[in-house]
Amino acid sequence: MPHILTGNRLETGDVLWWDGSDWTLHIREAALIEPAAIEALIAEMKPAERINDLAAVEVTVEGGSYRPTTTRERVRAIGPSVRPDFALPSLPVDTI
Amino acid sequence: MYRYDKIDQAIVDARVAEFKDQVARRLNNEITEDQFKPLRLMNGLYLQLHAYMLRVAIPYGTLSGTQMRMLAHIARKYDRDYGHFTTRQNIQYNWIKLEQFSDLLDDLSKVEMHAFQTSGNCIRNISSDQFAGAAADEVADPRPYAELLRQWSTLHPEFSFLPRKFKIAVIASEADRAAIQLHDIGLQLRKNDAGDLGFRVWVGGGMGRTPVLAKVIREFIPVSQFLSYSEAILRVYNRYGRRDNIYKARIKILVNELGIEEFTRQVEDEWALLQPLALDAPQSEYDRIIAQFPDPAFDPAAPDSIDVSNPEFGAWVDQNTHFHKQRGYASVTISLKPPGGIPGDASSAQMDIIADLAERYAHDEIRVTHSQNLVLAHVRKVDLHALWTVLRAAGLATANLDLVTDIIACPGMDYCTLANARSIPIAQKIAAKFENDGAAQRDIGELKIKISGCINGCGHHHAGHIGILGVDKKGEEAYQLLLGGSGAEDASLAKILGPGFDENGIVDAVDRLIGFYKSARTGPDERFLDAYRRLGPAPFKDAVYV
Ligand code: SF4
Repeated sequence: MPHILTGNRLETGDVLWWDGSDWTLHIREAALIEPAAIEALIAEMKPAERINDLAAVEVTVEGGSYRPTTTRERVRAIGPSVRPDFALPSLPVDTI
Repeated sequence: MYRYDKIDQAIVDARVAEFKDQVARRLNNEITEDQFKPLRLMNGLYLQLHAYMLRVAIPYGTLSGTQMRMLAHIARKYDRDYGHFTTRQNIQYNWIKLEQFSDLLDDLSKVEMHAFQTSGNCIRNISSDQFAGAAADEVADPRPYAELLRQWSTLHPEFSFLPRKFKIAVIASEADRAAIQLHDIGLQLRKNDAGDLGFRVWVGGGMGRTPVLAKVIREFIPVSQFLSYSEAILRVYNRYGRRDNIYKARIKILVNELGIEEFTRQVEDEWALLQPLALDAPQSEYDRIIAQFPDPAFDPAAPDSIDVSNPEFGAWVDQNTHFHKQRGYASVTISLKPPGGIPGDASSAQMDIIADLAERYAHDEIRVTHSQNLVLAHVRKVDLHALWTVLRAAGLATANLDLVTDIIACPGMDYCTLANARSIPIAQKIAAKFENDGAAQRDIGELKIKISGCINGCGHHHAGHIGILGVDKKGEEAYQLLLGGSGAEDASLAKILGPGFDENGIVDAVDRLIGFYKSARTGPDERFLDAYRRLGPAPFKDAVYV
């Protein structure tokens, strides 16, 4: 199963996704990571300590976009399911 | 209301300065997240699913209009224009930024508020009866004693690293509106045969993974000695509470392992040892604090009758006002469970309106209830219609106190990192079946539905007449159904009825339970809980698992 890397920005707490060279707010811009490379990537990033709660998220790839396999990570990616007003129009809460 | 003196303010200012420095050092990467995390948690700052969450302490759930207005300001300036009132009578903000946190703390401290001891293994915010000082059935106002406990427990050096968190509730009537039997210590103010005030002391209650009802370890401790007695309980717990296993670290486990007689003996021995230290507050301190909780200047000529010719207003008066000790007055519950709403959420604009109403009609006092509603404790009956009119326009006049749509729900997986499942959508779906029909809700009568998104039980599911617990079933959200709990004076723990459900299944199951209850009750006066206690689980189970 493919994986992407996530974390929360230290300064703001924002949910972030690793795009291969930088962090992005949008899951659609994330980069797939080989499962074997995840541990090394997290170990490499951790000393910088600017992103908290680094973790790999399992996703399926559907029509070119990523869908985390757990509800928890879908809620993280999209926002609270009970606040549709906070979600991006391109990623509405009914896709949770 | 209690106002800070110089010492109170100095304590908060010093703590704020300390934490601001810690935040700055973390932002400059001078300390690691592993070093910072326990510090921020001790200051009520969590990292949740979407952002930082801040929990602000509201001592015994009491706020002034000025404080409520500041909470609205914080929601507006630092968050997304709303806050969430919790089952601990606190408020949480869900979208806080660390880089703005220092300014936020300064703003809070301007109104004698802070966020420390809302997390961590310390004595948490003291909770109490939302009708304190107004209830006709109380022996005295419990808030001065809750305030003494607040001062005693604030940064108490011996109790800042307990085996686990520690929760204390104080009430002053036989009716329990603060769930004292589900607290680590529950204190019930009462009078002995000589007419002296003292506390019945309950210990070892709690929810979470191992729900337990508290046991009485002393029928009467004079108010003059209740602080040293509390100190003795905490000392025994601090010494022997388990630190090797987080799931066995609460005082309820220690009480259970030692047995109540042995635990009581140890507390009494410890208390005897403490006597020479004279730890109790002097009478002058009691007097100073009690003097800050006077009755408001009641209007002795306030009329006692209410014109309820408007049926919608009449239904609200019936449901959401509570008998007051002063003729011509009532206590008003402002429901934070409107149709389609999120239990406990209030917008900044609503908070501002409530602050205005408190100042205009309620002697500048607001209370937060453990059911995630708000209370204006002292309102003239003659002002109720004007008050209701403003509340109604602000979406705050839902007449559903203690009814099927007045559901407690924790933030669940919509916000919380620990959750197994979402709670709020379940509350909304259950409420949606009834919220447009006030008469049907009133016909069902008192029904307390409580929903937690995980075993930690912040949504008090074990104390629900109907309790719902979110669980993880092979990666899917699932829900257990429990029946028969109560957090009131008739406290009991809800028991699992049978196999769990998915999201739609649990909503249908609740619907079937209510349908069965209505067909089986002896009459409209028999509550759901009473019918369950009379009939036992079997027929309810048959009704659900058809
Ligand atoms: S009960 Fe669980 S899911 Fe709900 S707020 Fe508490 S820890 Fe989070």
